Parts: sequence; C-alpha cells; structure tokens
Amino acid sequence: MIHFLTHDAADNVGVAVVDIAAGAECVGRNLADNAPLKARSAEAIPLGHKLALKDFAVGDSVTKYGCEIGKIVQAVKAGHHVHTHNLKTKRWA
Amino acid sequence: MTQRKISGYRRENGRVGVRNHVIILPVDDISNAACEAVASNIKGVLALPHAYGRLQFGEDLELFFRTMIGTGSNPNVAAVVVIGIEQGWTQRIVDGIAKTGKPVKGFSIEGKGDIRTIAEASYQAKEYVQWASELQRTECDLSELYISVKCGESDTTTGLASCPAVGNVIDKHCADGGTASFGETSELTGAEHIVAAKAASEQVRKQFLAAFEDYTKLVFDQKKDDLSESQPTKGNIAGGLTTIEEKALGNVEKLGKRTKFVGCLPPAVAPSNAGLWFMDTSSAAAEAVTLWAASGAVVHLFPTGQGNVIGNPIEPVIKLSGNPKTVATMKEHIDLDVSPILQGEMTIDQAGDALLDMIVRTANGRHTAAEALGHREFVMTKLYRSA
Repeated sequence: MIHFLTHDAADNVGVAVVDIAAGAECVGRNLADNAPLKARSAEAIPLGHKLALKDFAVGDSVTKYGCEIGKIVQAVKAGHHVHTHNLKTKRWA
Repeated sequence: MTQRKISGYRRENGRVGVRNHVIILPVDDISNAACEAVASNIKGVLALPHAYGRLQFGEDLELFFRTMIGTGSNPNVAAVVVIGIEQGWTQRIVDGIAKTGKPVKGFSIEGKGDIRTIAEASYQAKEYVQWASELQRTECDLSELYISVKCGESDTTTGLASCPAVGNVIDKHCADGGTASFGETSELTGAEHIVAAKAASEQVRKQFLAAFEDYTKLVFDQKKDDLSESQPTKGNIAGGLTTIEEKALGNVEKLGKRTKFVGCLPPAVAPSNAGLWFMDTSSAAAEAVTLWAASGAVVHLFPTGQGNVIGNPIEPVIKLSGNPKTVATMKEHIDLDVSPILQGEMTIDQAGDALLDMIVRTANGRHTAAEALGHREFVMTKLYRSA
C-alpha cells in the first residue's frame, strides 16, 4: 500500500493518500519518476494532508509540484503535519 | 485512434449540442415570475430565473447581454422564449439569439400585465416544445463538442488524480481538433508562470498575463486580509490544501501536458476556432460554468475533491473525483471515480479514456449526477453596482 505521494523530486512535503497513523513507517512514491520514498509519521496525517519530509525553520519555503507553495511560519520537524497552522501563502499576505 | 462518435443535435448554424432544451429566459429579475409561470404551464420547458438585468451599464451591461444572448444561442438549446418588462432590451436579446437561426420569440409585460403575457408566451412555448420534441439526434464527431473545464471544492487529490485526468482529455480532445476552455483567473495564482508557458504565442502569453494581473489588482484593491477566510475555501482546507499557490498548481493540471492554448477570451465570449482557450472567469463554480455555457460550451468537466455539487441548467456537468472518501460518502454526485490513481491502480491515461467514455455517454443522453439531482445553478457574473 502507498501511504503518500510527491509530484516532483524537488518536493519537500508528501501528500497522504490514506489516513496515516502517528508513528507509522510510510511507503511513498514520487509520481514524476516513480522513485520509491520512505518516511516516518510523527503524528496522524489525514488522507489528503501533507507530511513534512524534512525539518523546516521559520521562513523556509515549502515545495510541491516542484514549485513554491508558501512559507513556514512555525518550525516543523520531519514527519509532522504541514497545514494552515504552520504554512502561509506568499501571494496574498 | 479512431475518432469517437456521439449522437447529438446539429443546430441551424451547424453547431453540435447534446441536449434539446426549450428555455424561458427572463430579461430581468422582475420577469422571473412570468417565466416560471410559463414553465409551470408547459411541460418540458425550462425557466432560467436570475437576479439581474436592470440599470446595468458599461462593461457590466455588455457582459449581461453576452450572457443572455449566449445562453439562448448555446447548441444545447433548441428554441427560446424571452420575457422582459419592456420591449427594447427584450428585442435586443431576441435579435442576438436569432442570429443562430434557431426559433426565438420575445414578450414584454408593460402595458399588458403578467397574466396576458404568460398566456401568450405559453402558447408559443407549447409550439416550441412540441417542435423540439421531434428533432432527431444525428451522428457527430466527438471533436465537434466544445468542452469547458473547472474544478471545485478541490483538495490535494484533485491535483493528484482528477485534474490530471481532465488534462489527459484536453490533450486528446484538442489533438483531435476539438475546442475546450479553462479559466478561474484568481485560482491560477502561484501557477501563472506555468499557464503563461503554455501560451501558443507571445501575444497570447501577454494577453493572459494582462488578464491575470487585472484580476490580481482587483483582489488587492478589495481585500482586507490574506483571503484565508475565502481562498482556499474551508472545504479546500479540510481536504488538505493550505495555500492559493498549492491550489493553483493542482488546478493547472487540467490544462494537459502537451496542449498550448490558442487565445484569451473575455467572459461569455465564444471561441472563434478550435483548440484550448483561456477565459477570464471567476473561480466560483456556478458563475464560471454559466459563463462557459453562454460561450457555447456543451459539456463541462468538473473535478472535485471534497464534493462540490454544482450543475447548470443547459450544460451537463460531469463530476469526477480522486478522493476515495468523497466517492464513498457523496456517491450520488460523482459520475466518474478516479481514486484508484492514488494507489497506482489506474494510470492518468486510463482515467482520461474513462472520462472520454463518460463524455460520449453524457453526450448521447445519459443524465449526469447533477442533472438527475436537479442542479440548475444559473448565476450571472456582475462586475459592479448598477447605475
């Protein structure tokens, strides 16, 4: 079973394609080149939500589809949930 | 591959439709009651009540007339009864629709009252619906259909599965000589560079970027915060989308891998030739689909993640979803399930072919989920306050 997907090799977040439990060893796949990926979830990640694939500091950019999707406003460790509580738009701020 | 065939209605001007509606079109808000009374008298006709049509001016008035005339001119419409409070704007809409060669007649209420107007319009509507009921479908090429695309209540599965499936159809349809249109100007924010790179010429690229900058200026002129209460929507956020950039990057998966867009259209303007077109639309589903229907689109492809339920009275809206939870919990709204893509059990190419099959079935007469559920959202875009 695939737990998460990335769109591009440059992506630093994965998308959960099943509900991921906390502490799960997750199997992922990068859609662009079919490369296998691995990650360990630090908290529950619902289907469709993003999993940090690296540690982020405040001000870091998050990359998905190989493009910037916003900036980190609260530090995030790998395996944690990336969403509105720690990631904001750079465009309409 | 052999060109897919569909069974459609070839109209007087040669355009192909997939529905055979007789519509009762109000010119203005105060003529809605008369139109709905006619639709109550005569079975098989469709009234399209709306909120506007009085005291509009300038570009907003032009868009109003384009939307009215374009709706009546859509190849999914066989004949039109137009009812307005006064004769002048009623006749302007009748004359615009009449250019297609289809039957259309106008009725105005002033000096006569609702009851006599309803009676006269009902006699006409009865003639039209009986005439239309004898029109026959004929074999047409799938490439003769003008298809519009827009997603709604998106989530991250939209960008992984349902939008790429639509993009695959766009590539195949446009390669076959078909016509298609995308829009949602504000929801391209963060992916505008990807769209700009898909323009077929430098002139088209500049036109697109000008329309995009214009919409961005509107957002900045009107906004009071970072729009986090509106964009992404609460549904988008529940589905895992965090920022407008992320939403836009999923959105543009609908444009396909190979197709360049050949031109930029103001809202509710018909494409002049085949290929993929950008239309400058709102990102609100009912408003946008109403504009595409007014530009002559006959089938709409609507990827949804969290489960938008929109339909349109004259343009069938085909819904597809890549979210297995939505497909399970809102199954009555979903025409095509592409969620197996998430586990690698369906390729994007297979999903595109399944969607093409669903377009053919819909064109041949299958009611979409939205049609079966009675979703007939007819929502005019208003640019600013009336005079």
